[in-house]
Amino acid sequence: MCVTCGCSDDTEGKIINMETGEVEHNQYHHTHTLADGTVITHTHSHEPHTEASQIHAKIHGTTISLEQDILAKNNLIAAQNRGWFKGRNVLALNLMSSPGAGKTTLLTRTINDLKHQLPINVIEGDQETANDAQKIKETGCQVVQINTGTGCHLDASMIDRGLQQLNPPLNSVVMIENVGNLVCPALFDLGEQAKVVILSVTEGEDKPIKYPHIFRASQIMILTKIDLLPYVQFDVQKCIEYAQQVNPQIQIFQVSATTGTGLDNWYKWLSQKVTSFDRLVSA
Amino acid sequence: MHELGITQNIVAIVIEHAQGAKVQRVVLEIGKLSAILADAIQFCFDICTRNTVLAGAILEIIEIPGLAKCRQCGAEVYLDKPFGICKCGSVQLDLITGEELKIKEIEIEEVCV
Repeated sequence: MCVTCGCSDDTEGKIINMETGEVEHNQYHHTHTLADGTVITHTHSHEPHTEASQIHAKIHGTTISLEQDILAKNNLIAAQNRGWFKGRNVLALNLMSSPGAGKTTLLTRTINDLKHQLPINVIEGDQETANDAQKIKETGCQVVQINTGTGCHLDASMIDRGLQQLNPPLNSVVMIENVGNLVCPALFDLGEQAKVVILSVTEGEDKPIKYPHIFRASQIMILTKIDLLPYVQFDVQKCIEYAQQVNPQIQIFQVSATTGTGLDNWYKWLSQKVTSFDRLVSA
Repeated sequence: MHELGITQNIVAIVIEHAQGAKVQRVVLEIGKLSAILADAIQFCFDICTRNTVLAGAILEIIEIPGLAKCRQCGAEVYLDKPFGICKCGSVQLDLITGEELKIKEIEIEEVCV
């Protein structure tokens, strides 16, 4: 096979004269009309490539330069989601963590505590079951469950479909609880205003440097289950240093969704974010 | 294993651009800091291209190194992970390259008439 023009190899068109033993290689005559009207006729053979075949390759455009971003489609839908949120003055946050870090517990507590100040609705992502959606529904808020099946993250088109179902009211908050996974969710823009990574003290303090992508992509890190600190080996200071090493701008909250410790700071940030977003949209 | 979904995206984009022609070669640019494993893409590629115009196509992956600029002193720092520390001690690094994920070019077979 010819790598310049992509024609199939020369065994196909080889002609052998049985009388003379002469071998004629695959040769074609081509006529091409260029865009400017120039007509080029050339012989195409699979002898080592000549100038003619270079022209041939050019005319046939066998190499297509794409320079196309593989995630472009996702990013386009994410941009549409962002516009959708903005148009309705909805603050959307993408909550990400490994499985069992306490996303759902933090979320249900936040919804219950802020029920009368901030209307929060949820898009819940899990590979299987509607267990978490059920827990969140008990708080009285609207929730849509997305089951990704084999998928390890939510993508922008899932959020687009989820929003059609959820139909959040104007001036509200949408919490997107991503699939429990510290790797893939970092790559996919959902159209959210901020990514929030949740890490519990029952995991290692070196998670930020082990999974740097997600910590780098997040504006906020919430360190949860701090009520368990007396019982586990977890160096909070070291964890914060690691997180800041990966992302010097990251804002960190230390909370316990069980005892309520530290939640005020998180709620304050959330309210400020809603207000500033409000101003941003009305400006 | 987000590489499977990403490979499916790659295949879909290439099919669209090939317009029915047989694809012989696909060249990707993947940044070293993009959280995409080139090996995993290679593995998924053979599976995802079965029974498509890409079947049997060669996949070439160009790995782009991670490079950042220090906000403090302006020095360029090579990175093999998406964070690091500059010689001046600063961790305030802005990534310049290494996060690419694109199809650079494709080569299709043209039947000459």
